[in-house]
Amino acid sequence: MSDQGSFFQRDRSWHPPAFTPQYKTSVLRSPQFALLSLENTVSEMTGPHFGHSQLGPLDNDLIRNYMQTGEPIGQRIVVHGRVLDENAKPVPGVLLEFWQANAGGRYRHKKEAYLAPLDPNFGGCGRTITDEEGRYRFRTVKPGAYPWPNGVNDWRPAHIHFSIFGHAFTQRLITQMYFEGDPMIWQCPIVSTIPDRNAVERLVAALDRNNTLPMDALAYKFDIVLRGRRSTFFENRMEGN
Amino acid sequence: MVQKLDMLKESPSQTAGPYVHIGLTPNWCDITGVYPEDLGRTMVGLQAKGERIVVTGRVLDGSGTPLEDALIEIWQADAAGLHNSPIEKRGKADPHFTGWGRQPTDGATGEYRFETIKPGRVPYVDGRPMAPHIIFWIVARGINIGLHTRMYFADEETANAECPVLARIEHRSRVPTLIARRMEEDGRAVYTFDIRLQGENETVFFDV
Ligand SMILES: [Fe+3]
Repeated sequence: MSDQGSFFQRDRSWHPPAFTPQYKTSVLRSPQFALLSLENTVSEMTGPHFGHSQLGPLDNDLIRNYMQTGEPIGQRIVVHGRVLDENAKPVPGVLLEFWQANAGGRYRHKKEAYLAPLDPNFGGCGRTITDEEGRYRFRTVKPGAYPWPNGVNDWRPAHIHFSIFGHAFTQRLITQMYFEGDPMIWQCPIVSTIPDRNAVERLVAALDRNNTLPMDALAYKFDIVLRGRRSTFFENRMEGN
Repeated sequence: MVQKLDMLKESPSQTAGPYVHIGLTPNWCDITGVYPEDLGRTMVGLQAKGERIVVTGRVLDGSGTPLEDALIEIWQADAAGLHNSPIEKRGKADPHFTGWGRQPTDGATGEYRFETIKPGRVPYVDGRPMAPHIIFWIVARGINIGLHTRMYFADEETANAECPVLARIEHRSRVPTLIARRMEEDGRAVYTFDIRLQGENETVFFDV
């Protein structure tokens, strides 16, 4: 069974390093000692399981799930894709949680100070679980770009934050999705914490005209890859694998 | 040229940012009416087996300032040392204990707080028992990839001394960064576990 072996080591040169001075907040929040490498034990290879019964019918519809007086303002979009592992196998039963600013680039959060207005009909959070083929889909409005205090004139490109639960706690991942064709991706100090341009491109969702809902919503396709596991055909550990 | 391996690369991590609560604990940040309860808020059912404990502490940056915007998830075994996970093959975990919790650090004090149970022992890869521990995963603005660490219990001296994971720590002066202090509060054990991201007594973080 390929769901029994230990996980491939994380390629730390592909992920952003902890210390990235152009993203100023990382300077005091980055560990300076080397991480202690640890073989996967059963503590890391297990993880919580989330079932479809835990979700509400509007959880994957950010256009409707916070509606008070009508639908939110903004470009209507569908975001869909697959969750795969590094062996290119679909991962079913993955809990995806997402959050974003409204169409004007404003977050619904007590610490948010950007002058763009709140949208009374937009909360900005949603969640879904992948199906048997690792597929997911949700509906929302396209978030706006927003300025943030880092340099005096730094702006975030439009993005949606994603939190992803694989089957093991060691697969736990948080990342962000960007939108094809946005020139601001390449000017962002947070995007540029990722050292490799090819890695950044893995976070840019493609405009997907074939899945666009005619006269309704544009579609973007965003695939996510979680860590893969070794096959255990030749492993014969009795404990803790 | 050689044949291609057809492997994919893991999606690169990005920071959770300052507003991670909107997505992961929306009720806590006043986005109500979308989810009935924030996931991971309640770990322990009324009939759960084991000693009820509180785990609390702060996450401190390199200047010693507590983070007021961090989010912590914990994952642990039940009182018998089994995980409430479909991947757990050693037995059936206590159905009244989820093993997984999620809490923000407080926006004013920087403190986090979990109500959980004391875990049993879990085997290391070679079968030797590890000391009881709780897996921590920390994300926040300024943290580019989630940090994994482990909390151990100060009152488990014998088990800690023989834990194969703690034994892996070369710089022995860093072992205490993983051990939570025990106090009693209204007859219940309260463990305090501060996480230092940087500086003197930087917590040991793991590449798991
Ligand atoms: Fe953001």
